[in-house]
Amino acid sequence: MATATLIETTFRDAIHKCIDEEMERNPDVFVLGEDIGRYEGTFKVTKGLWPKYGEKRVIDTPIVEPGFTGIAIGAAMTGLRPIVEMMTMSFSILALDQIINHAAKVHYMTGGQAKVPMVVRGPGGAAKQLSAQHSHSMEGWYAHCPGLKVVAPATVEDAYGMLKTAIWDDNPVIFTENPGLYTIKGTIPDDKDFSVPFGKAQILHEGTDISLVGYSRMTQVNLAVAEELSKEGISAEVVDVRSLLPLDTDTIFASVAKTHRAVVVYEDWRSGGFGAEIAQRISEDCFDDLDAPVLRVGGLNVPMPYARVLELECIPDVKDVLEKVRRIL
Amino acid sequence: MAKSANLEHPQTPAQLEEFYRQMVFIRRFEEKCNLAYRQGKAGGYLHVYIGMEATAIGWNAALKPGWDYVITAYRDHAQPLLMGADPVKVMAEIMGRQGGYSHGKGGSMHIYDIEHNFYGGWGIVGGHVAMGAGLAFAAKYREEDRVAVCYLGDGASNAGVFFETLNMASLWDLPVIFVIENNEFAMGTRLEYHASDTHLYKRGEPFGIKSERVDGMDLFTTLEDAKRIVDWVRTNQRPYLVEVMNYRFAGHGAADNDRQLYRTKEEEDENMKRDPLARLRKYLVDKKICSDEKLEAVEEEISDQVEKIYEAADASPFPDPHEVYDHVYSDMAPEAGH
Ligand SMILES: Cc1ncc(C[n+]2csc(CCOP(=O)(O)OP(=O)(O)O)c2C)c(N)n1
Ligand SMILES: [Mg+2]
Repeated sequence: MATATLIETTFRDAIHKCIDEEMERNPDVFVLGEDIGRYEGTFKVTKGLWPKYGEKRVIDTPIVEPGFTGIAIGAAMTGLRPIVEMMTMSFSILALDQIINHAAKVHYMTGGQAKVPMVVRGPGGAAKQLSAQHSHSMEGWYAHCPGLKVVAPATVEDAYGMLKTAIWDDNPVIFTENPGLYTIKGTIPDDKDFSVPFGKAQILHEGTDISLVGYSRMTQVNLAVAEELSKEGISAEVVDVRSLLPLDTDTIFASVAKTHRAVVVYEDWRSGGFGAEIAQRISEDCFDDLDAPVLRVGGLNVPMPYARVLELECIPDVKDVLEKVRRIL
Repeated sequence: MAKSANLEHPQTPAQLEEFYRQMVFIRRFEEKCNLAYRQGKAGGYLHVYIGMEATAIGWNAALKPGWDYVITAYRDHAQPLLMGADPVKVMAEIMGRQGGYSHGKGGSMHIYDIEHNFYGGWGIVGGHVAMGAGLAFAAKYREEDRVAVCYLGDGASNAGVFFETLNMASLWDLPVIFVIENNEFAMGTRLEYHASDTHLYKRGEPFGIKSERVDGMDLFTTLEDAKRIVDWVRTNQRPYLVEVMNYRFAGHGAADNDRQLYRTKEEEDENMKRDPLARLRKYLVDKKICSDEKLEAVEEEISDQVEKIYEAADASPFPDPHEVYDHVYSDMAPEAGH
C-alpha cells in the first residue's frame, strides 16, 4: 500500500477534520453541545459544521450537561452515534451520573443487548487562569470506571486517528483534549480511513536511562524534559500512554525493562490520580527491573487558583519533572 | 420627606443622585476591568454587567444592608460593590492579587464578601441556585426575617437543579427570590434557541410560586418591583420568581469578540436606547434635579475614584507561591508537592 501524503495541520483542525469526515461518511453521526453551532464552539473546534450539516446534526443545546448527555445515550442505545461536546470537561462533572451510572453500564446491564456508541469530548485540564471550577483533568476519574474507554492524545496525528477510532467504537468513549494542545502543529495522513487504535502506547523519544510516562499535554512536557536531559548526556525515553482505558502496559513495561527507572507525569491532582495507577502497575510488574522507586509528578492537591503565579505552581512543568528525575538518577 | 412637585417618582433628589453615582461607578469600574483585561492585567474569564446595572441597583435598594443575602453567578462585580464591598479588594481579586477578597485565588468570576452577605461568585451555570435557596433555608431555620436574592441567567434557568430548587423552595416555604436576569442570551445562544417557552417566569408557576416578568432596565420600575416583592417575601415567608428583562451591551465575557455570530449591530443599537445610565441621566437633567455640569463633575469625580482604586489594587503584590496551600481546609493543610 502506498503511504498517504501528509497534511500539516493543528490539533484543533485535526479534530475538526475528523468529525467532519465522519459526519460526511455516516449519517448516524451527529454532534451536540453548548454553543457549538451558530457560535462555532468556544474553542472553535466545530466551526463550519453547522452551516454545512444544519441544526439537525449540529445541535446547540441548553446548558444542561446531564440532560443532553442522557439524550445522547438514549439515541446511542438505538444505534445513532452522537459526539457530545463538553464546553469544558469540568462541566462533564454535572453529567457524571449519566456517563458513569448509565452509559458505562448499559452493555453489561442489558446482557449485551444494547450498546452506547457515543463519544464525549472536549477540552480537559487547565487552560489559563480559568480557576477552580473550570480547570479539572477528568480523564483519570473516568479511567476508574469499567465500561468506559478513555483516551488522551498528545499529538496532532493521535488527535485525528484516535478520534476516528472513538467515533467508530461501539462503547462510550471519553476523549479529552488539553486546551494547551489546540494550537500545536503536526501532520496527519491524507487518508479518511486512517486511525490509531486504543490500548497502544507509543515511544515518542527513545532513551536508555529513564522512562518518562505520561499522556495528553504532559507528554509534551516530557518531550521537553527529554530534550533538557539530553543536553546533560542523559537519555530519557518518553512513553506516551495516550490510551488510559484500555491501558497498554506492555509498551510501558518494555520501556522500564530497558531503562530501569520511571517517572509518571499527570496534570490531575496528584493524590489518587491515574498516574498513581500506572506507577503501581510498574511497581508490581517490573519490580526486578527497577533500580529505583517509581516516582510520580502530579498536579498540586489544591483547587486550581486564579492568579497565574499560583496556577503555574499547580500544573506540573519541566522543572517539576526534572526534580523528580534527579532524585532517582 | 420633601419631594419636588415635578417628580414622577417617590425618590428624593438626594436619593436619585446617589443612584446615579452608583450606576456611573459600576459602569466605570467595569470599563476599567475590561481595559485591565485587554492590557493583560486581568485574565481568565471576565464578564461585565454593563447595560444591566439598573437591575442590581434597584434590587439592592430594596434589601436590608448587612441582613439580607445575595448570591449570583460569575457576572458578579456589581452586587458586592453595591453591598458595601471594598472596591480595591474587588479590583485586586480581578487582577489576581494578594489584596483581593480571595487573595487572588478566585478572579473575576469568584468574588465573595461574606461580611456583607454577598455569597458569590460562581462559575458552574445553575450550580449556585440551590445554594441560594440554602441561604434562605438558614434564615428560616434561625427564625430570622432575612430574605435571599438569588440571581441567575436565562441560560441557567434551564438547569435541572433550578427546577429541583423551585420545588423545594415552595415545599419548604423558603424566603428566596429567584431573579432570572433574562438578557436574551446564554453566551452565544439566543433565548429562542435554548428555551422551549421563552416566558421564563412561568417556570415558577407549576410549583405554586408567585411569578412575574418585569423590565430590568428601567431603574424606577425596578425600584418599585423590588421593594414590593422583597416586602412580600419577608412578610409571607414564601419564595418568589421574577424574570427581569435586561440586556448586556458587551460580549458574553471579555474573551467574546464574536457578537456578530449571534446578534446584529441594529439589534444592539436598538437595545442601547434602553441604556439605564443614559436614561437616568436624561431624567435628572430634564427634571432639573441635577444640572448637566453637576453630573459631569460627578462623572469626573467617579472616574478619578476608579483610577485610584485601580492603582491601589495594582499596588497589591501577587500572591506568594506558598499561599497556594492556604484555605483548602479550615483546619489543616493539604498534602504538599507534586
Ligand atoms: C455547567 C456549565 N456549563 C457551561 C458553562 C459555560 N458557560 C458559562 S456562562 C454560559 C452562558 C450562561 O448564560 P446565562 O445563564 O443566560 O447568563 P449570562 O451570561 O447571560 O449572564 C455558559 C454556557 C458553565 N460555566 N457551566
Ligand atoms: Mg443570559
